Amino acid sequence: MSQARTRRRVVSTTMTALVGVLSGLAVLPLVLIFGYLVLKGASSLNLEFFVGNPVPAGQAGGGVAHAIAGSAIIVGLAALIGLPVGIGAGIFLAEYGSGRLGWTVRFVADVLNGTPSIIIGIFAWTWIVRPQGHFSGLAGALALAVILVPLVARTTEEMVRLVPHALREAALALGYPRWRTSLTIVVRTALAGIVTGGLVGVARVAGETAPLLFTALGNLNFSTHVNEPMQALPLQIYVYATGPFQEWHRLAWAASLVLILLVFGLALVARRVAVNRYGAR
Amino acid sequence: MATGVGAAPATGADAARRMTRGTNPADRTYQAVLTGLALLLPALLLALIVELAVNARPTIERFGWGFVFNSTWDPVADVYGAGPLIFGTLASSFVALLLAVPLAFSVAIFLSEFAPRWLKRPLGFLVELLAAVPSVVYGLWGIFVLIPFLRALVVPPLKAVFGWLPFFQGVFYGNSMLAGGIILAIMVVPYIAAVSREVLNAVPSSQREAALALGATRWEAVWMAVLPYGRAGLVGAVMLGLGRALGETMAVTMVIGNRHDISLSLLQPGYTMAAAIANEFSEATTSLYLSALFEVGLVLFVITVLVNAAARLLVWRTAPGRAVGSRAL
Repeated sequence: MSQARTRRRVVSTTMTALVGVLSGLAVLPLVLIFGYLVLKGASSLNLEFFVGNPVPAGQAGGGVAHAIAGSAIIVGLAALIGLPVGIGAGIFLAEYGSGRLGWTVRFVADVLNGTPSIIIGIFAWTWIVRPQGHFSGLAGALALAVILVPLVARTTEEMVRLVPHALREAALALGYPRWRTSLTIVVRTALAGIVTGGLVGVARVAGETAPLLFTALGNLNFSTHVNEPMQALPLQIYVYATGPFQEWHRLAWAASLVLILLVFGLALVARRVAVNRYGAR
Repeated sequence: MATGVGAAPATGADAARRMTRGTNPADRTYQAVLTGLALLLPALLLALIVELAVNARPTIERFGWGFVFNSTWDPVADVYGAGPLIFGTLASSFVALLLAVPLAFSVAIFLSEFAPRWLKRPLGFLVELLAAVPSVVYGLWGIFVLIPFLRALVVPPLKAVFGWLPFFQGVFYGNSMLAGGIILAIMVVPYIAAVSREVLNAVPSSQREAALALGATRWEAVWMAVLPYGRAGLVGAVMLGLGRALGETMAVTMVIGNRHDISLSLLQPGYTMAAAIANEFSEATTSLYLSALFEVGLVLFVITVLVNAAARLLVWRTAPGRAVGSRAL
């Protein structure tokens, strides 16, 4: 009797410990990846890296200014197009989404969130690149916007739903029409959360490579024309990482470090905002 | 006509609608605008399917079902069979899930059941960050860190012990199904973990309390009361991870080897549907070649949509309506 009891207790303790150890193992890659990025990339982060453009293949030096500018333009445009649509759809889901249409939109948004980004890439190619006859930063921006919309819609919905019902009722009771209640009371209250969701979404699409392969294509020169092929940081990392030159590999590590610092930084900001606003999660 | 409706005297039904929708025309405009924006999402899904199907028609008509099963991929002779791509996609995802599921469930169980309060937030945040690492960075790390590590420290002992199995045959050059599977596993862990955690958090605490009150140990309470209650949601979480793994492109392209071959050995190079599109789309010279890649995209899209749809429905059974996993963007 007590032997069985001891055995059960040992099993419980062992499994608890095992689960803890495996959890540690699961986040170990993050530590390793970040460690290697710092180790191999940090020493290359100098002025030339940020303001220089690529030098001919095989030569030492050069920078990724063209890719940083390209990424900023492409991602900025994507946010400009995708955020309003996504936020609008999100507000719809939270405010009017209790019926069948709401269920469908929610479901479709989740399914789209799981769609491989490369598929969105070929979609943008058929809709913009092929009819226009040339690759462009704009096509890349649209591909990223398409990815952004369902992401932002869902986070916006969650944030708007967190607003206490009493606030809405108070506004309506004071004679506010529904649209003003929704915009100036409910959405206004959830604004910090919505912005956070938007930031996280933008950070995510900023790291996307696959949808840019046949839209923005990449460009070895500094270009700010959205109607021409444009370089982006993730695209440049892909080219440099898979290329044959040591110098390229060095730049790929450095560019990856920059990219990941950007993404992690935004995630940290987002977390701070969310925690301040809604307390511990 | 449209203006006539607005000017018509209010009937009973009209008045009723006004009561529920608000009397303000601005309200109706507001709702209409938001509805329009929301409708863009289903429209987009539809457009994606139609666009892929239309562009894939030439190969669908030419090869029929043979496209899915054939293993010849010869752009020179204009013959296309996506067998190896589909096999490689499923195999690499399977390897990934095999490695990722125990880890992800551990994270979820640890965070929702056992972790001390001070550890929950930081660990949860680290898992979130794991999901935020861009795919191309995983690929870079895979090429320069993971593959050399596998070559030096993992594959030799693996071959020594399990070399007789069909899964570990042949010479290991680096780019392989094994490397692709491991990278994918690392990438899907945060997704499966985040959703599983939500599912476990949605399990009522009365389940745990009842088990504990009957004398169960803490592990038994988890194993016998919490996990069975969340079973549907946990299966959904795994399927969600599967959906991610199937469609993951860049990291896989960079480490899997990109060869149109079917091999049971994990040490040999393979190929996936997403990787083939990434590599070959811009060099597709003939219209049939392009169409073949569109059909690969269509197959991949249909599979991921089905997997994702099933996953959502399963997860919603335990955690209704939640935007599960969206926190781990």
